[in-house]
Amino acid sequence: MGFLERVPQLDNVIARLERAEHLEELQTTIEWLRDHYAIDDMVYHWVSSNGTQYGCGTYDPKWVARYLEKGYLRVDPVVIGCYQRFHPVDWRRLDWSGKAARAFMQDAMAHGVGHQGYSIPIRGPHGQFALFTVSHTCTDEEWTHFTELNRRDLILLAHYFNQTALMLEPGRTPEATQPLSPREVETMTLLAVGYSRAQVAETLSISEHTLRVYIESARFKLGAMNTTHAVARAMSRGQIVV
Amino acid sequence: MIRYLYGDQLGKHPRLARSMFEDRADQFKTRLGWEVTVTEDGQELDVYDDLNPLYVIWETATGLHGGSMRFLPTTGRTMVNEHFLDLTDGVPFQSPFIWECTRFCLSRNAEPGTAAALMLAGGEIMQGFGIRHFVGVFDARMVRIYNRIGAAPEVLGTQGEGRQAISVGLWEFSAAAQQRVSRAAGIPLQTSRGWFEASFGNMAPQSDVSAA
Repeated sequence: MGFLERVPQLDNVIARLERAEHLEELQTTIEWLRDHYAIDDMVYHWVSSNGTQYGCGTYDPKWVARYLEKGYLRVDPVVIGCYQRFHPVDWRRLDWSGKAARAFMQDAMAHGVGHQGYSIPIRGPHGQFALFTVSHTCTDEEWTHFTELNRRDLILLAHYFNQTALMLEPGRTPEATQPLSPREVETMTLLAVGYSRAQVAETLSISEHTLRVYIESARFKLGAMNTTHAVARAMSRGQIVV
Repeated sequence: MIRYLYGDQLGKHPRLARSMFEDRADQFKTRLGWEVTVTEDGQELDVYDDLNPLYVIWETATGLHGGSMRFLPTTGRTMVNEHFLDLTDGVPFQSPFIWECTRFCLSRNAEPGTAAALMLAGGEIMQGFGIRHFVGVFDARMVRIYNRIGAAPEVLGTQGEGRQAISVGLWEFSAAAQQRVSRAAGIPLQTSRGWFEASFGNMAPQSDVSAA
């Protein structure tokens, strides 16, 4: 079905998100990502506590208009199953048994929405809520394979999309880049000069288990997809000096 | 059985929820003497309970709380990042793949195996949601219990002494540990998975939906 079997190079997507100055750039980025993963659709949608909404994605505009017109927000099992949650949801785990939910799914499919989906809810600051969704038409086995292969990257992308959207929210002063703690700076510096994980752990007198948690956390603060990417970003941001 | 309930779902299980907050008051205030806030009707609640956390609760045969723990993602507010940085070498943990686990509580009348059942549920969360690590805040004396059931945390630091000792520690998933904990709990992995699916839905074949 054409899914990429290897982890795609997503570093430039992150860089593009960071440089974004207008919400429209989220739209071009999400289209690129959808094509990159070779899936039917990818959608990002946020609702803030004061009710403001913003969305971008690859659904047919006719379906988006239909969704709004029909008030599907109150019927959609994906929204009902994800709102106020923080765990990712495979659509197969949702309750589609109700009459309204079944009718909604049929209407969605008639508008070209895939029957498989994976949605990642995000809780932002001050009651902000966002949902990042990928959807496709394929067998259960293929979808399980796709989500297992890409779940981690998709969760990171969901968060980075949301951070960008928050940054571009009108009237909002951008928050300073998340600083690394001294311990994380040491960790990234030693990795940058080529220490193995075992050597870093030994140098810092911590276990490799603790080191893994430091790296996981530093990666996210640096907005990176993987450790190599994180080291490069720490250097380019001047957070570590080698 | 294990129930996974977000804060906004507790209203549907009023007895279970009330007995959980009462058992928390009993454990953290009465038995351990921690500086926690207990309401007039004897329930222990803190600011993190207001953030709609995910509770994992052992429900007894009579529908009451036997033990529980509380999860929040570290991408938002957490107790460890706001109160215990001195125990983590000053590192605020922040990642969608690290969840915080706090208020690990066992009822006075908890049946043997309750702690293990809760840890087993923690493993389901890690596998089901792609979580790599838990960072936990717990009564230091719990370490003995965690070790005994085969789910030893890596303790990062401890503050206070005796009953008031509080530790911060890390867990990560291991299939071998999950097997050990399953045996300690006396609960087959299949049963544990069934409880997870009862709360979060099972993987219904999606073709049924389109045929509906």
